[in-house]
Amino acid sequence: MTEITRYNQFWSHRTQRERLALWIGWLALVALFVWCWQIMTTDTIWFFVSDAPRQAADIGSRMVPPRWSYISELWVPLWDTLNIATLGTLGGVIMAVPVAFLAARNTTPSATVLRPIALFIIVASRSINSLIWALLLVAIIGPGLLAGIVAIALRSIGFVGKLLYEAIEETDTSQTEAIEATGASGLQVLNYGIVPQIMPAFWGITVFRWDINIRESTILGLVGAGGIGLKLQASLNTLAWSQVSVILLLILATVVLSEWVSARVRHAII
Amino acid sequence: MLTLDGLSKTYRTGDSALSDVTLSVPKGQIMGLIGPSGAGKSTLIRCINRLVEPTAGRILLNDVNLVGLGKSDLRRQRRRIGMIFQEYALVERLTVMENVLSGRLGYVPFWRSFLRKYPEFDIQRAYQLLDRVGLIDHADKRSDALSGGQRQRVGIARALAQDPELLLVDEPTASLDPKTSRQIMRLLTEVCAERGLPAIVNIHDVPLAQQFMQRIVGLRAGRVVFDGPPDRLKEDALTTIYGEEDWNTMRQGEEEQSQAEADARDRIAALAQ
Repeated sequence: MTEITRYNQFWSHRTQRERLALWIGWLALVALFVWCWQIMTTDTIWFFVSDAPRQAADIGSRMVPPRWSYISELWVPLWDTLNIATLGTLGGVIMAVPVAFLAARNTTPSATVLRPIALFIIVASRSINSLIWALLLVAIIGPGLLAGIVAIALRSIGFVGKLLYEAIEETDTSQTEAIEATGASGLQVLNYGIVPQIMPAFWGITVFRWDINIRESTILGLVGAGGIGLKLQASLNTLAWSQVSVILLLILATVVLSEWVSARVRHAII
Repeated sequence: MLTLDGLSKTYRTGDSALSDVTLSVPKGQIMGLIGPSGAGKSTLIRCINRLVEPTAGRILLNDVNLVGLGKSDLRRQRRRIGMIFQEYALVERLTVMENVLSGRLGYVPFWRSFLRKYPEFDIQRAYQLLDRVGLIDHADKRSDALSGGQRQRVGIARALAQDPELLLVDEPTASLDPKTSRQIMRLLTEVCAERGLPAIVNIHDVPLAQQFMQRIVGLRAGRVVFDGPPDRLKEDALTTIYGEEDWNTMRQGEEEQSQAEADARDRIAALAQ
């Protein structure tokens, strides 16, 4: 045991220089924060800020008790919202599947023309929020459920398409090769070699997107695309806070339920 | 009968995997292809069904040149060549029956395969083959529920479902234990004998090759360096194929293993007393 004294007692995770750099980094970050805070607050009217808790308490007190009798008016819009989400997901998935096969490197028939087009469709769909799709579509096809359904569908293409094409690219090539070696045609190779391998991913992605779409479709009514959002907007405009609280609780319950369903389905597949 | 004539393959990286391989496999012959890894064994059998495109040479399967065939002609020729893979390459999430029937894909139109409505004759044949490989009770199981040896049997049934005129077998026993390996090799040689099928079997296990093959071709750096019956495969031939050093290490490994096995046997015998 006397041997041990030959070894150094000190060890540090970072060198002197690294410690200094770290310290300077933190200092710079704090300075940046102070500077930004000053810019942010130059236009703030502090009276409103100090008043905020009172205002919040005021609205909160108007929200309780919720006007539960209002719920009878909400079932139909809620049903519409669920339909927007479900039909929108369905439409989105139907359009996304061919796009995904065109975008995946191992299944695309043309890597120079069709693949970039498919990737562009995916990016375009993903870069525009559902609410903005809905705004555009309400202007084009008029207010109502259809605009909501199409908005959800268009937004879903990108999401489903991207995740699905990644799943296609990750498939095991030896299984595909074995099918090719039997003399199968291109479509048969897809049907027997690729499709069985991506089925779990496909259902997982679809249910996950449906779950997201339920949440997104609750607000589409704000821009006139139907569903429970219309009722929310009407209640907000008339300052009927006790109705707003009923709507919010109902949306919360729906989202919790849809999350539960989607978790159960995904669990069953994987 | 399969004839390779001056078959060469150079990969785009400039690596020459096969150079000027000429050999022929007559009807009913089981030929073992041995050689160190990287010698071009896999490339050679993959060139034959054109999973790998050869750069030069001719491949004649009963007088049809497989090199330079167009897409649909290639499909029609691929039906005649059954392939069995190292890691089985079954479609894991399909049932055993679907995997065997997938051997018929080259013969049936898309709608039949899509709806799984195969002709009655094909279904009967598939059941017969499953019975032959001893898996008739597993027809409706998903293939990832089977053990390694059972999966390779499905692989054999799938290849035979094609009604092939040639079998290409790529390291059929590489992922199997010694006992199962022997069973699979026995099954392979039996089905080939029953049908008079020629077969090319890639195999790195030299004793296994000597036990089951009728003819052995040794490949080294893409060239044929040995071609003869297994009993002519002696010390010097193996040294040419594997190189001095590798062959000695392989033999040493073999000896150590057989010693360990003998040791284990002795101990079990001692325990039994």
